[in-house]
Amino acid sequence: MSTVKTVEAPSGYEGSGFFATSLDQVIGIARSNSLWPLPFATSCCGIEFMATMGSHYDISRFGSERPSFSPRQADLLMVMGTIAKKMGPVVKQVYEQMAEPKWVMAVGACASSGGIFDTYSVLQGIDRIIPVDVYVPGCPPRPEQILDGLMQVQELAKNEPLRRRESDEYKALLASYNI
Amino acid sequence: MISHQEIVDELVGHFGTKVTEFEEPHGLLTFVCQANDIIDILEYLKESDRLKFRFLTDITGIHFPDAKGKEFGVVYHLHSFENAVRLRIKVYLSKEDINIPTAVNVYVGANWMERETFDFYGIKFTGHPNLIRILNMDEMDYHPMRKEYPLEDASREDKIDALFGR
Repeated sequence: MSTVKTVEAPSGYEGSGFFATSLDQVIGIARSNSLWPLPFATSCCGIEFMATMGSHYDISRFGSERPSFSPRQADLLMVMGTIAKKMGPVVKQVYEQMAEPKWVMAVGACASSGGIFDTYSVLQGIDRIIPVDVYVPGCPPRPEQILDGLMQVQELAKNEPLRRRESDEYKALLASYNI
Repeated sequence: MISHQEIVDELVGHFGTKVTEFEEPHGLLTFVCQANDIIDILEYLKESDRLKFRFLTDITGIHFPDAKGKEFGVVYHLHSFENAVRLRIKVYLSKEDINIPTAVNVYVGANWMERETFDFYGIKFTGHPNLIRILNMDEMDYHPMRKEYPLEDASREDKIDALFGR
């Protein structure tokens, strides 16, 4: 028996020489174990993310081996740090340039709510301009919390129906953000 | 080296009553002048062979809503490397007329400083080549450093005291 940990097989019918399951589950497993993040790091939370990428916490264990600093092939937008109102359109443009399916994680108090910067120049949470899937609390959050947030996104990706992105609810959500 | 007294004597000798209210808070020579004299004074300070204030450290604004007729102000910080001395000039403006001539023709570095002062206080520098916002977003329709706004948005529900244990 190999000691390599593998993903649990989905529920399905097994017989000699075949295994039948639903496409949703197979695609879900594939997506959730290869989430390629796009780190949008503006402040201290970005430094915590660098620690998360390092060998000790090793975000690569979760299939996030390639942090892509481009929207190309990225699945998960991780916004880490204060987003000023002037930076808002940039975040939105990066989000729009990512291909579906895509998930968004707001890391830390600033990205989630503006944090301590309750002021005229700071966007009070990125959910004012783009939809957010997972919020990670903390100021800044420890790498364990960022990994926990990533695992929450994995859970979302694993259980997402293939047709969710075509649904009227999802289109209405994007329309509410003028995307 | 040059003493504060020599600077004062030189300025008063040249500008008379146009320069007033000399003081030295924390050892920084400070005086007040009128908006229509500021450019002459800056030019004199820069070109004078004795004073040599060749470096403009900063231009910024001030706002005191309760000071009648002197609600706004522009503060100039000059520095003379050769004499190792600093100087501060204050120009007060009333809220009815917040126009002041630009210093770009004297110090090129004044360009961005005046844009910043306009951005945050709305003080208009007449004759400035490109008086647009420099730090805040262009869509902003107010000048945020004016003391006209509540410190916190009272209508918000997501950052109430209870959430912060206050």
